[in-house]
This record gives sequence, C-alpha cells and structure tokens, in this order.
Amino acid sequence: MKKAELMDYDKALELFEPVLGFEVHVELNTKTKMFCGCANEFGQGANTNTCPTCLGLPGGLPQVNAQAIESSIRLGLALGCEIAEYSRFARKNYFYPDTAKNFQTSQYDEPIAFNGQLTIELESGRLVTVDIERAHMEDDAGKLTHVGGATGRIQGADYSLVDYNRGGVPLVEIVTQMIEGGEADSPEIGRTYVAAIREIVKALGVSNARMEEGNVRCDANVSLRPRGSNILGTRTETKNVNSLRSVEKAVRYEIQRQAALLQAGGTITQETRHWHEDTGITSAGRPKSDADDYRYFPEPDLVPVAPSREWVEELRATLPEPPAARRKRLQADWGFADLEFQDVVNSDLMDAVEATIAAGASAQAARKWWTGEVARLANVAGVSADSLVQPDQVAALIELVVAGTLTDRLARQVLEGVINGEGTPLEVVEFRGLAVVSDDGALIVAIDEALAAQPDVLAKIRDGKVQAAGAVIGAVMKAMRGQADAARVRELVLERAGSADGSAE
Amino acid sequence: MTNVTKLTAAELSELLTDRSVSSVEVTRAHLDHIAAIDTDVHAFLHVARDAALATAARIDARRAAGDELGPLAGIPIAIKDVLATLDMPSTAGSKILEGWIPPYDATVVKRVRDAGLIPLGKTNMDEFAMGSSTEFSAYGPTHNPWDFDRIPGGSGGGSAAAVSSFQAPLALGSDTGGSIRQPAAVTGSVGVKPTYGGVSRYGSIALASSLDQVGPVTRTVLDAALLHDVIGGHDPLDSTSLTDSWPSMAAAARAGLADGALKGVRVGVIKELNGDGFQAGVSQRFTETLALLSAAGAEIVEVSAPNFEYAIAAYYLILPAEASSNLARFDSVRFGIRVNPDEGPLTSERVMAATRDAGFGPEVKRRIILGTYALSAGYYDAYYGSAQKVRTLIQRDFEAAFTKVDVLVSPSAPTTAFKFGEKMSDPMAMYLNDVTTIPANLAGVPGMSLPMGLAPEDGLPVGLQIMAPAKQDARLYQVGAAIEAMLEASWGHTLLSQAPELAPNDMFTSTEGAV
Ligand SMILES: [Zn+2]
Repeated sequence: MKKAELMDYDKALELFEPVLGFEVHVELNTKTKMFCGCANEFGQGANTNTCPTCLGLPGGLPQVNAQAIESSIRLGLALGCEIAEYSRFARKNYFYPDTAKNFQTSQYDEPIAFNGQLTIELESGRLVTVDIERAHMEDDAGKLTHVGGATGRIQGADYSLVDYNRGGVPLVEIVTQMIEGGEADSPEIGRTYVAAIREIVKALGVSNARMEEGNVRCDANVSLRPRGSNILGTRTETKNVNSLRSVEKAVRYEIQRQAALLQAGGTITQETRHWHEDTGITSAGRPKSDADDYRYFPEPDLVPVAPSREWVEELRATLPEPPAARRKRLQADWGFADLEFQDVVNSDLMDAVEATIAAGASAQAARKWWTGEVARLANVAGVSADSLVQPDQVAALIELVVAGTLTDRLARQVLEGVINGEGTPLEVVEFRGLAVVSDDGALIVAIDEALAAQPDVLAKIRDGKVQAAGAVIGAVMKAMRGQADAARVRELVLERAGSADGSAE
Repeated sequence: MTNVTKLTAAELSELLTDRSVSSVEVTRAHLDHIAAIDTDVHAFLHVARDAALATAARIDARRAAGDELGPLAGIPIAIKDVLATLDMPSTAGSKILEGWIPPYDATVVKRVRDAGLIPLGKTNMDEFAMGSSTEFSAYGPTHNPWDFDRIPGGSGGGSAAAVSSFQAPLALGSDTGGSIRQPAAVTGSVGVKPTYGGVSRYGSIALASSLDQVGPVTRTVLDAALLHDVIGGHDPLDSTSLTDSWPSMAAAARAGLADGALKGVRVGVIKELNGDGFQAGVSQRFTETLALLSAAGAEIVEVSAPNFEYAIAAYYLILPAEASSNLARFDSVRFGIRVNPDEGPLTSERVMAATRDAGFGPEVKRRIILGTYALSAGYYDAYYGSAQKVRTLIQRDFEAAFTKVDVLVSPSAPTTAFKFGEKMSDPMAMYLNDVTTIPANLAGVPGMSLPMGLAPEDGLPVGLQIMAPAKQDARLYQVGAAIEAMLEASWGHTLLSQAPELAPNDMFTSTEGAV
C-alpha cells in the first residue's frame, strides 16, 4: 500500500474546515448474547458459544436479552439521551459470511436512545459539546479469518474461516451528529470523544471497555469543506480504529490526505477506509453510498421494547457520577498538579488511586506508588497495573513505609513479594525478614566494627570531614543486608566516631 | 382385531390406556400401511421406521412400569418437513436443505416427544411452504388420496394426505396463509391454525415470521384439540409466543359434543367469502351447513368484512418481504448444499449465488425477488408499508365482526381439489386459492377447517372454515366439535369413510410386514 499524498496539516486547515462524525460500537459485557442464551465470552474454541439462533440455522429465533436493554438504557441516559417509549428492532439485510442470518438485527427508525449530548474537555481546556444523534442496539457479526493470499483480506484469500462466537454479542452503536468547528483540534476531539465514551461505559460497568480487545470500536467520518463554502464535502468512513491514539492519527491523516487530493483537483470517493495501525495510514475499502439499500424492515420475530417511564427513572438513579465531573472533584480532593493528575488518568489508575486513598494512604503516596513502581512492574509483566495488585495491599505497604518499618527500597522488594503471591505486605516482611533494623544496639555493634576496620576514616571524621562517613555507612548497610535506615546509621556513625574519641578512657 | 389405522387418536388413547393394544402394534400397523400405499400417495419424504418402533417399545415399557403418561402417549404422528427434528432430515421441501439433519428439535417436536407420541417421519410440502398444491416440493408432489390425479392442497399436502389416507392419525402442519386449512379442506380432514403466538415457532423453518403458525392436522376436531393441548403454550424461545395460560382444548371439544351445544351460538357468515369465484358444489354444501346450524339453534348473522378484498394483495407483499429476508440464511456457509459456479472465480459471493440458484425452486425465487423489490428503498412505503396498513384494516374488520358474532364461517377454499398442473403456469390463480384462509393469518386469529360434505359435481371433499377471536381457540374447538357431530349425524357416517380404499402395494408389504 503506497502512502497517499498528504498536505501539510496547517495548510490543510487554512484551506478547509474539517467536519467530523463518529460511530462508536460498544460491546456490552452481558453474561449471554443479545438474542440467545449463548455465553458472551472469548477465549473459547471456535464456534463453541453458538446455538441455532446465533448460527442462523433454519428455525432459529431471537429472544431479547433484558440485561442488554437495561445496559443500553443506562448508557443512553449517561449520554444525556431521551429513552424511547417504544423502540423496535429492524433487520438490516446484506449478504456477508460473518453475518449468520445474512441480516443484522439492529434498530433503524426507532432506536432505544436518541438526542443526547456529551461535553468533552480538550487538553487546552477548550470544551466541546458533541451532539449524539442516537444510541441503538444491535448484534455483532462473527469473526472471519482469511487464509492465504497476500493481504489477509477476503480478496485473494484461498479460503476463509468463520468463528461465530462473537456473532450475536450485544452492541450499542453511538452515532454523533456532524461535529463542526473542531478546526485544528479535530483529531484531538476524536480521541477525547472516544476516550469519554470509553470512560462512561466503564463507569457504568456495561462494558469491559478494552479497546485492544474490540470492546469499544470507532468508525471515524471525516469530510472537508472548502473555506467560504457552505457545501459539505464527500466523507470517508475509516472503520474499526481501535485505540485512542489511532483515532487521533486517523482523523489527522484523513484531513491531510483529503486536502491534498482536493487541492490537486481530485474528488473524494465516498467509501469506507481501513486504518493500518502499523503504517499509520488509511486505505480504500468498499465504496459506500447513502443509497446503500439494506432493505430495513421491522424485525417480525421480536416484539417492540417499551420501557416504562418508572423503570427508566429507576435506572437513571443508578447512574454513577459523570466521569468528567468525577475527575474534577478527585483532582481537587487529592490536590494533584495537572501533570500529576493526567499521569494517573492516562495510566487508567484513577480507581486504583482512589481505593488506595480510601484504604488510608496519603494521596501523594498512592499516586507515587501506582504510577511508579506498580506501573513499572506491570509494564514489565505486560499487564495493566490495577490487575497486578489490590489497592488495599498498596495502602498497607505505604503504611509500613510511613511507620518506618520499611525503607522505599525494602518496600519495593515487599511489593514484589506481594505480587508473587507471598501474602500481605506484613506477611512478606516477616516471611522475607525484610524489616528495617531499628535496634540501635545491633547497629552500634556493626558501626564500631566498621570504624575499627577503617581507622583512617575515623580520623577524617574526627577532623570534621563528615562526608568521609559515607564509606562507613556503606559498610554498615552492607553488614545489615540493607535492612537499616541509612539516616539513622549516619546519625549513629557520627555519634560513635565522637564517642570513640572519648572512649579512650 | 380392528384395523387400528382407522381409529382416531382419542379411540387409540383408550385402547392404549387399558392396554388392549400396544404402541408397537399401533405404530407397526401405521408403518405397514405407509409401506403399502405411500409410494402412490407420497405423503412422506422420510419414514423413521426403526426409530418409531423403538420409541413405541419404550412407551409400552413405561406404561407397563406404571408411568404416568399423557393421553396421546404411544400414538403415531407425522411431522411436516418444515419442523426441525434432531433425528430426521428437515428439508422444508427444498433441494437446498437436502439431507440436512438439524442439531436440535423444534419446540413443538420436543413437546410431542415429551408427551410420548411416536414420530413416524416427515411429510411433504411445497418448498418452504410456498404453494397450495405441493407441486412446488423439490421432491415431487403428494397425491390426493381421494383422487391421485389431484392436488392434496398445500403447502401441507403431505400431512393432510397422511392423515386422510390413514397413514397417521395425527400430523403437525404449519399455516402461513392456509397451509393447514386448505389441505384439510381438499382431503376431507381437520386442520387448525391456532392464534398467532399460541404455539411456538421455534424450530419451524420460517416462511413469513409474522404469519406462520404451527398447528394440528387430524381426522377429528377432538384429535386436533388433544394435539393442540400438547404443542400449545408459552415458549421462552419464541419472543412472539403468548404468555397466556390456555384452557384445555380437548375439554372444549368434548363440551361441544354435548346436546344443544350449538343453541344460541351466533354464527357470522362473511359476505365477501362466498359467491363469485366459489365452485357451485362448495357454495351448496356451505348453504346446507348453515341451514343445519340454524336448525340446531344457532343464530346465523351475515357480516361484512369490506377490507378482505385487499387481503391477498397485502399478503403477497408481506409474505415475500419477510420470506426474502428469512431465506437469506440459505447461503451454503453453515448448512445445506453447496454448489460452486460452473466457471469463474470461487468467491463466497459467487458460491452463495450458485448455491441459491441451484437450491431454490422457481416459486421460491419468484417470491424472494418480489419481496426484495417490495422492501427496496423508495418502494417500502408504497408496498410493505401499505400492506401493513391493510393488515390493520383487516384486523379491524375482524374486531367489528366479533362484536356481533361468536364465530365466523366460510368455505375453507373456493374449490375442491384441482388437478395437477392446472394452476402451475398461473401464479395468480394459485394465490387466489387462499382468499378464504389468508385473512386469519393477517389478523392473527385462529381458524379451523373441517369437512362439510362432498361437492356433488366431483364427489370431492369440501371444507368449512370456522374462525374465532384471537386467543379464543377453545371456542373454535367447542363449536367445531359441535358442527362436526351435527354434520356426521346428518350423513350417518364420517366423511373419510367415503374415501376410496387405497390398494396396498404388495412389493412393500411382503418385505416390510415381517418385522
Ligand atoms: Zn446462540
């Protein structure tokens, strides 16, 4: 795939106004699929979580998952949407081998949620309000693996394998209105919007919200309008952009690509485009037109969904604090500088830090440990920090440091022990014998030995060259196998050196 | 010993209960009869002789052990090939499903098995239930037991022919626009389309989801009621299944056998479903039946259903639209036959197209094309949208009529069984055959067909259709059983006793009878 001609970003913005739109698919974390009783889980053998309904076998019939309806309504409410009093499923008809029934059960003109708004805050502090057109329910397709051929795509493949385990998994598709006025912030708006959606579904607990596993998938629509024109440009739809960074990059890439093409007198083809994570470019997919005829009609196998107003209000009462408001509150409560707080947010450690503070740690210590040593170990292990250790363990560790039982260095060893499953921090301290030696008697013995062994150093200390004490302190720490408080050792060394002077009695 | 194949399910139930016959004996007698005559009738696409005998033996053992068994336990049943069965091919009469054995049982099949009935095999039908004659079966037509040159009705001609030729006392059918009632009418048997949602559709290979309904095919109203009690009731696997609790249909049918059961019953005669286009002998038997009803104390009321005249037009938009989508899954990817294109590259799209071209018959293709067109952007409102409005109007016609009467009646079909080939080249003529039965499907109300005599001009069975308000299936059985008793009393015999005795085929009896 050759890289397209790109226009300088600033130049592109000088000539064109970007117009955006996003379709974010959120995979719900219900126990079972949208329309059948099969488990909604991954990591099983291919086509094991299937039944006549999600395999589209003759005679199979759908049943609506009530939990999926509840999750969709809560998500709709969290996006400020109205919840339909009467909502229907519709069949979206098209032939594709990953779609078992050769129609997707989706919603068309009667979505469960519509007319929402989400305000996001950019790094500059700029607030952007994104209008949500609708959030509708649908079922996911199966997963195709194309074998043979150069591209890994269906074209040119020798054969393709289909795994329907994902087929029928509940999705909510959140569709924005056109986003205008994003200007140079457009790529960041894309990233921040998707991040906000991800944060909301996570806070609601309706999705596992892991983009890398496809729990949240973004299709980004981009078009350019020439400055001074009021005619919308032709849009492209970049499919399945599956990381926040990529959303930003893909939008930026499309702005630059389309600008170059338009400036050279070309036209934009209305099409889907594929995002290539590795090369950071998009490539043409299939042509798409507004006239794509999916022959939508109301799903006759399902009865309408008519959530009562009472139920909707009950669900509204279960909504968590909006993530953006929560962030503001927590930063103020914790007294973090912007950079410190961003570090916590970007590392996805807000919950962990909050829980650690709740368990008794100071805010700064909680932040320091999570974004520092825990994050480092998680990075090495290739897992998320909050999956590595429990907040109450981190709080217990911090408590031991504050109490002087552990130095930072010892505490890092204890943390490793906790992560290795050796027990609570206190148990690891006992098991490994790692506590700071706080018995002055033992230290004094070691110090006197060290001073006796290095009479030249003793002489220097007595001459007032206090910095010479370092050599003795090092020897003592070594003798104590590190389990001593270096500051206390220093104090005692100076004291013993002085008293050694007077010990000539 | 009596010929058990001539007995009704209710009669067999008594004999089995007091153990004067065994289920194995009953089952074997039916299997032998199938072997003897079905090469001529061709009611069955598949006969599960060994499995049926084994199941019968198990039921006999359970009875001997004193197990509590339902009233139909040990009685054979034929199953329309539209229903998914674990142990038998389920083809819906189509080449595209040739040899396909589903990994599951339809809910009604499961209920039939749980009730101890003995599945004999799968019955023939028009491909995907599209047709009124079984001539569109990919496996050859079924012959009407009254006259082998004539159609047995459709789409469920196989089930109707099986019960009317005494190959099975009971059968399951499905009715989208008359596929249970019209075959019942032209074969002299009884067929019931229950209230929409009254019987689970799970595992019934869908033709038109909003119209399809599974129901009983039998020789008597009581037998239909007994079978309805087995298959009916809520099924969580079918979202359109009603959650109502239902009264016993068998009890309702028995109540209809009481003296004076028709006294005071208000019977509505639908003006639009008689007269022009109805065979003279059909109209004559209908008029005579009304006279008998009147004499029995029923009140005959003429009612008008002005929107019924649009029913066929609406039906032939809604049905193809839903069918075009329901049949999309037949793509060779997961089940059924796979056909590669003769030339050119093997892409999934081209394999799908080649499979569908080879696997679907002409009527199926016709309706898929019609439905695809009707749902297309720009046409949706004019076609599918308008048809749905007509549907609402027809429902209102029913509601209005049922404020005046308890049941509605009409001839079940405009004519008696027609000859093979007569309407094959003229789809409209074939479609018009369903004019009487389609309104009940569009409105979701229950309908029944039962024999009301032979047409004088051709000596072939004529059916009476009875319809009741939605969820009032019990009323249908009560009135139906009463009318059946009234007619049989007037004739002095059952209608099917007049059917020609079918000659056994020696080749089959000699080898198969020795089990
Ligand atoms: Zn499933």
